[in-house]
Amino acid sequence: MASHLLPELFVFILAVFLGLALITKIPSVLHTPLMSATNAIHGVIVVGALVAAAAAHGTAQVYLGGAAVFLGTLNVVGGYVVTDRMLEMFRKGSSPKGAPPRG
Amino acid sequence: MANLAEGADMLAAVLFVLGIMLLRKPATARAGNGLAALGMAIALAFGVLAIPLHHTLMIAIVFAAAAAAGAVVARIVKMTAMPQLVALFNGMGGGAAALVALVVMLHATGTGGRLPALIAIPGFFTLLIGSVSFAGSLVAFAKLQEWLSGRPLLFRGQHLLNLVVLLAALAAGLAALAGLAPAPPLAALVAGLAVLLGFLFVLPVGGADMPVIISFLNSLTGLAAAATGFVLSSDLLIVAGALVGASGTILTLIMSRAMHRSLFSALFAGFGQVQAGAGRLDGAMHATSADEVATLLAYSRRVVIVPGYGMAVARAQLEVKDLADRLIERGVDVRFGIHPVAGRMPGHMNVLLAEANVPYDRLYEMERINPEFARTDVVLVIGANDVTNPAARTNPGSPIYGMPVLEVDQAAAIVVLKRSMATGFAGVDNPLFLMDKTLMLFGDARESVAALVQELREAV
Repeated sequence: MASHLLPELFVFILAVFLGLALITKIPSVLHTPLMSATNAIHGVIVVGALVAAAAAHGTAQVYLGGAAVFLGTLNVVGGYVVTDRMLEMFRKGSSPKGAPPRG
Repeated sequence: MANLAEGADMLAAVLFVLGIMLLRKPATARAGNGLAALGMAIALAFGVLAIPLHHTLMIAIVFAAAAAAGAVVARIVKMTAMPQLVALFNGMGGGAAALVALVVMLHATGTGGRLPALIAIPGFFTLLIGSVSFAGSLVAFAKLQEWLSGRPLLFRGQHLLNLVVLLAALAAGLAALAGLAPAPPLAALVAGLAVLLGFLFVLPVGGADMPVIISFLNSLTGLAAAATGFVLSSDLLIVAGALVGASGTILTLIMSRAMHRSLFSALFAGFGQVQAGAGRLDGAMHATSADEVATLLAYSRRVVIVPGYGMAVARAQLEVKDLADRLIERGVDVRFGIHPVAGRMPGHMNVLLAEANVPYDRLYEMERINPEFARTDVVLVIGANDVTNPAARTNPGSPIYGMPVLEVDQAAAIVVLKRSMATGFAGVDNPLFLMDKTLMLFGDARESVAALVQELREAV
């Protein structure tokens, strides 16, 4: 168990730096979709919920594990669909950057 | 099999990173979200292969039910309700993380043994922040859904109370770590205290600061997922959680900067503390009619339309697009002035106007439109309030003082379409409505704009 800790911290720290570097200048139209998309990404917790639920011993743990699967699945599926609906609006044909003002 | 699952996790992590990269540009954003979803599907499919098959039926049923519920709710909810839905789904993730930590800790102590520190430390951490995010997101949801007042709820000593609750939760966690008492009751205590803390933390935050709070809670849930990764020794959870935690923190800072609120004051000060010194406004509004406004618009050279939450609520974007087209036909220069946080979320207005097929090049961000107002004949404010409030520039006593606003009061005439005389979401009076050059057109935004279109058609 202890042997896992250092490599895990290593991965964690690198991922933190990557996450910090990824977000620089984002046009404000994308703030909400980006928040919503990352919201769906932390829905990856559902993988952990599946592991916990499958390993559950006794009624209490089974119920709690089942609840975790339920909440995590809502997070990941709902989060993805909501983001997709927001981004659906950015259709092809409309240029993402504003054209120079007329006149 | 284990190697296969690890390979799948690696692939999923790479797809998450690529997805976020593509999400930084409007043209590729949707593909980015799709890539992240593909990564999630891969992680789930191979994750399931790697776990022991117990309680399979129960898990399958729960998973299918939640997936169907999530997809249907996210599909049918109105565009205006998107912000609270994001808050709700975020809270579900936080709750899931807390429950996973709880189950693993119960499991580890099931035989009566002491909890190993490598599980207890990240476990209690996850329980704490996951539960805070869960409860906080539910409050944010209730506020945006207007089940709770959007006004800030402030009371004396709330920061002290929050600190006491937080310290009590930490103490309970440490007690479990030191083996002073059995872990399960202490874990339940920590979860309860953290839920209380989440409620107490978000309740005082005013409606105008909600996007910042949701973004903050989003990064908290990311951290909780990463901590769960340490509990379960899952690199995938660690990477994905750390990515969301870190990128979410930066996004929170960017958002609060766009609203000219320091992150600290958004999170801790409560909105509207200085309201007492602002004083009530006196004066009369000038009500007008659709035909008067139509005439005014038809004979203008430059018109700027400023949409706000009222347009979103009334779902008036198609009518607004119609109105803009009519005016353009008549040779009027029509632009849309978009405040970065108009509506309830950054980008809310852009999404709605894009839905109505208003071309991007007519949408002007605040910095580009503000210098134009002085040479604008008529500004048409459609259900926007706080983002046009001149008190933000002129009245140091106003709770929104210092927030950048659209300087619509610089225009020759202002027409405000408004449902009623109520204050905006931030609960602040708007002196714009009392100016002599401001005309008020009361009523549902959609009906009002449709009436304007009708009047313009008849005026030809």
